[in-house]
Amino acid sequence: MAKARVKAPKKAKAGDIVTIKTLVTHKMESGRRKNKKTGKLIPRHIIDKFTAKFNGETFFSSDWHGAISANPYMSFSFKASKSGEFEFIWHDEKGEITSKKSKLTVA
Amino acid sequence: MENEKSKLGWKLSSIALGSVLMIGAMAVEVIAKDWGKHQVDNRRSGYTYMTDETRAVQDDDFENPGMLWVENGESLWSTAGANGKSCASCHADPDKDMKGVSVSYPRYDKKLGKIITLEQMVNRELVEKMGDKAEKFDSKKMLSLMTFIGTKSRDMPVNVKIDGDANPFFEKGKAFYYERRGQLDMSCANCHEDNPGNMIRANTLSEGQINGFPTYRLKWQKPGSVHRRFKGCNKQVRAKPYKAGSDEYSNLELYVKWRGRGLPGETPAVRN
Repeated sequence: MAKARVKAPKKAKAGDIVTIKTLVTHKMESGRRKNKKTGKLIPRHIIDKFTAKFNGETFFSSDWHGAISANPYMSFSFKASKSGEFEFIWHDEKGEITSKKSKLTVA
Repeated sequence: MENEKSKLGWKLSSIALGSVLMIGAMAVEVIAKDWGKHQVDNRRSGYTYMTDETRAVQDDDFENPGMLWVENGESLWSTAGANGKSCASCHADPDKDMKGVSVSYPRYDKKLGKIITLEQMVNRELVEKMGDKAEKFDSKKMLSLMTFIGTKSRDMPVNVKIDGDANPFFEKGKAFYYERRGQLDMSCANCHEDNPGNMIRANTLSEGQINGFPTYRLKWQKPGSVHRRFKGCNKQVRAKPYKAGSDEYSNLELYVKWRGRGLPGETPAVRN
């Protein structure tokens, strides 16, 4: 199971544009590397989709392909308007899902 | 410039002179750049040889991928070993107990009668006190513990003991550093003493300081031990590398650490 770190503000004023930073542990095996001992290709195993939701509604998502580094870092912006809960979801190629939640209070 | 122009009387040469002066001034500016804590006397941390982007990744603890290993190490610290003891059983307050530890290793060990690295010390504790298996230098567990311990010595000056019993081993490490080896017949000094700041193919050579180890290397996509780095260097000059944890590398580690005396602990540093 991958481990995720999220840095999202807890409080914001209505209309503020906040920056969210995320980092997830994943080997992001490209499928191009060879096992040094056997000479066989190591099968590809990457995270292929990242979604960020606010109160269940997707506001940011991205499809990932090869050539993304191990332990990918992602940062993006969000315009705060009301209080709610963020949910960040990483979809692994093998169907494994890593998610993390964070609350935002808009004053 | 006006005075020079009238003296020379020749517009073109004054332009040429002007640009020479400008380049001269720029070069001086680069050399005199203030690196703050990352420079002690004429010794500069590898941090100063990185690009701005790489430095930014290291400076922000959130963005620094090495911190993932630190977090793992933090949870391992209180995880009990086979006989029910954890690191925290003896070192309950790592902030205090591990302060300044990583910048003072490798040390001379009386029991072994030779130099011991921090990895070997951690292994001794794992085996003798906790009843666990010894870890390899670059296993996930070892790197997690090493980076965690390393963060407790952040910004503390590197200070290894090279006198007394440690001295003969220090001299051996120094001899290794200046000894030419491999098919390319190069010593450590050929790159890291004679050419820091110059390009070696697509890479900028640094002084080879190890104050930021275990370093998260973007090429490795994970942190790595000093001995792993030594192995890489030896391979690049087409020499047969020694094993991680060998006496040769432990002595060399002591010498190289001493070369960076006074530089701040930067674990986990980020390098390309």
